[in-house]
Amino acid sequence: MLTYILRRLLMMLPVVVGVVFIVFAILQLTPTDPIRTVLGDMATQEEVDMMREEMGLNDPFFTQFYNYVKNIVTKGDFGVSYINRKPVTSEIISRFPTTLSLALMSILLAAAIGIPSGIISATRQYSLFDNGVTLFSLISLAMPSFWLGLMLIIIFSLNLRLLPASGFYGPQYWIMPVITIGTGCAAGIMRTTRSSMLEVIRQDYIRTARAKGQKESIVIRRHALGNAIIPVITIMGLQFGRQLGGAVLVETIFAIPGLGKLLVDATATKDIPVIQGGVLFMAIVFSFINLFVDILYGFIDPRISTMYRMKKAKKVGAANE
Amino acid sequence: MDKILKISNLKIQYCTDDAVVYAVNGVNLELERGKSLGLVGETGAGKTTTALGIMNLLPDPQGKYIDGKIYFNGEDIIKQSIQTMRKIRGNKISMIFQDPMTSLNPIMTVGDQVSEVIRLHQKVSRSEATIKSQQMLELVGIPGERYSEYPHQFSGGMKQRVVIAIALACNPELLIADEPTTALDVTIQAQVLELMEKLKKEFNTSLIMITHDLGVVAEMCDKVAIMYCGEIVEYGTLRDIYKGAQHPYTIGLFESIPDLDTKVSRLKPIRGLVPDPSELPPTCKFANRCSKVTEECTKADPLVINVGGIHTVKCHYAKVVD
Amino acid sequence: MSSNPTTQLPYRKKSLWMNAWKRLTKNRMAMLGLGIISLFIFAAIFADYIAPYRYDEQHLDKIFQFPNKEFLLGTDQNGRDILSRIIYGARISLQVGFISVAISAVLGCGLGSVAGYYGDKIDNVIMRVMDVLMAIPNVLLAIVIATTLGPGLQNLMIAVGISSVPSFARLIRASILSVKGQEFVEAARLVGCSDARIIFRHLIPNVLAPIIVQITLSMALSILAASTLSFLGLGIQPPIPEWGAMLSSGRMYIMDYWYLVTFPGIAIAIIILALNLLGDGLRDALDPRMKK
Repeated sequence: MLTYILRRLLMMLPVVVGVVFIVFAILQLTPTDPIRTVLGDMATQEEVDMMREEMGLNDPFFTQFYNYVKNIVTKGDFGVSYINRKPVTSEIISRFPTTLSLALMSILLAAAIGIPSGIISATRQYSLFDNGVTLFSLISLAMPSFWLGLMLIIIFSLNLRLLPASGFYGPQYWIMPVITIGTGCAAGIMRTTRSSMLEVIRQDYIRTARAKGQKESIVIRRHALGNAIIPVITIMGLQFGRQLGGAVLVETIFAIPGLGKLLVDATATKDIPVIQGGVLFMAIVFSFINLFVDILYGFIDPRISTMYRMKKAKKVGAANE
Repeated sequence: MDKILKISNLKIQYCTDDAVVYAVNGVNLELERGKSLGLVGETGAGKTTTALGIMNLLPDPQGKYIDGKIYFNGEDIIKQSIQTMRKIRGNKISMIFQDPMTSLNPIMTVGDQVSEVIRLHQKVSRSEATIKSQQMLELVGIPGERYSEYPHQFSGGMKQRVVIAIALACNPELLIADEPTTALDVTIQAQVLELMEKLKKEFNTSLIMITHDLGVVAEMCDKVAIMYCGEIVEYGTLRDIYKGAQHPYTIGLFESIPDLDTKVSRLKPIRGLVPDPSELPPTCKFANRCSKVTEECTKADPLVINVGGIHTVKCHYAKVVD
Repeated sequence: MSSNPTTQLPYRKKSLWMNAWKRLTKNRMAMLGLGIISLFIFAAIFADYIAPYRYDEQHLDKIFQFPNKEFLLGTDQNGRDILSRIIYGARISLQVGFISVAISAVLGCGLGSVAGYYGDKIDNVIMRVMDVLMAIPNVLLAIVIATTLGPGLQNLMIAVGISSVPSFARLIRASILSVKGQEFVEAARLVGCSDARIIFRHLIPNVLAPIIVQITLSMALSILAASTLSFLGLGIQPPIPEWGAMLSSGRMYIMDYWYLVTFPGIAIAIIILALNLLGDGLRDALDPRMKK
């Protein structure tokens, strides 16, 4: 089991390095001089050059890249903001928990709604519930999250005056943002659960279970669901990644001081170190989430965990010959 | 001798939006306790549907009982409640399905899958069920230590043994085996059949062996029923069928088996194709392929004629034999 | 029997697509989607004729009007007719959709087929790069690219296009890998088909089906991504009537004028819904396995 985890971790490393490289490369390719943009047209060429020197922007590309990576790996230093000279790392760390908790709550809500609906939809295919839920998920997936957020604000904040429209100071501030993100995710999870269950229910081993005289509810719960949940977990991992991206939108609309809002503000001011650091951080978190999902697979699906035990047994067997 | 199973005029259809499939069209069968019946026919003849019908496991909602009765120990199965059927399945009547590769739940250990059926029908504790389950596994030739292994760690033949263990764990009165060896290699086939024979004798289980392989039938069965397009076209003892077959379809089946001793330049298949099960003719269903077809055959559906003993043939030209 | 295989193949290929088309037309939801998309395409092409006003026509004496007879969906902060802007917006969204998906499809299929066909090291390298692209959440990648390239419609299309490349690459690679090994390819080769014939007559029809589905679904994602980027201020510049940008500029007025954001958003939702319905319908129609 441990070998499995280590192997997956090892496979993740080059991807993470690749992400750093691509994000770094793309941003450094800006045709306009970022420092000029930051300092404005009023600044003299000297001031621009000075700051460029200070930021190490006159070094060759790979030197910059190497220094950047070195700083991240050794000191956890993502550089400093062009705008306010504050270290990017501390900005990210202070705001990430907000974004993370928003994303977690949303995915939990989404799973709590999506998985049971998917199961019921599958077991009662073509029923009113199934059709209703399918319709709902089609509409949810089509609605842009920023639009949904604004609609919720219009209805619940401005007209009904029930919920606050901005800020993040207490539980009532969480309701609308979580619903905004959660709805789309719930729809995705519901669809995956439904199609996965439909496929599993058609399998022969479900018929075997019924032929044993097993109760239908247990057939669904123990035999069908256990097998069907596997692709659903993958989707949940991907959805989580989508949400990290979607956090950008929701935090902007609801004025939530999270990582997403930091990124959006930075893109407006062309504060490249902040953009770089923020995107990288999110991408790394996403990679870890996927790693976690892979590991979870190993626990849930016995075919994967035994694969490694068998390999080990074969090795031992071969060594003993 | 007492009859454990009596099927009378069974009619089953599959109803979908596009078409109705006439799977079983008036089947009459009997099985005596402790004996085995071979149900022979091509793919699509209706054998599996009959078996599922006996277990009341027809796919819902497409599968429908249209007519007929299935008496198990005197009680009509079709009329039983869901709870009663659940007590019968796995317990009094068990079924072995065709493809062992997909019949087992991939995320449950094989031992647990056997224990499951034991705990469903017998009032035993979990540890007792585990012990019994291990005993069953040993009985089918799987070491008890492999209880906690998963289906993918077993070969096809061993998987089928697990399926057999599950089917026989509660010592059922009737075992229905739906082409249990079709998906296996020939050598494994022999082993599995031998195992089934042994267990059958030990537990005095009645057996319905569904197959398209006449060799298997010859080994395992006392009586044989030949099925075509949802009908029993010929029925009798092993001797009746193998020595005195009368229905042209049965004869065609025997003739299409290559003979090791005689040298031939061409094989002798039955010409023509099986009719579409959603558009069956009301007259003789074998008429378009029959070598002895006459005008009578396309005018009326043949009656089931008793030609001696229990040997019956559904053909206009069946001859009574002394 | 010595029938020429080449004269038989076109017949089979046509009936495959005809079958799929028949199945598609039976699907009411998919037809609804197709109808709606056609409507939008029509609106985009003939915007000059059906829109009551030009999209940048300002009526400074009639700003912030609620929907009324003169301006069916109201006017915005510059007195521009919202309905007209939404109609012209269809042109923008569809343009972005088509072109960015074209970019993704061409790049993605190119990379994917090279990876799938040659396998080995080339496959590894290409797939690692795709993994890297997929490790960055879609929106963020698009933001990064858009930031670098700067605002504007063209750059928007490039940014959105690139972020969808991995999906196409993976898809076509998987298709090619699965088809490459299949027995009918061996059979065709045995009968004497040349490589080119094999590729065109046998491989492509099998591979094309999931690509068509992916194109439809990617269009939906692209339109959504484009409006997202515009909403965030990257991409379209005023006065171009992109729906996401309309939402962004209308946002500060929602306290009093909610309709500024409601209608453009509905437009986005409808076209995405239509594309998803069509995509699902295509998937069901092109999948030879029976669903019931």
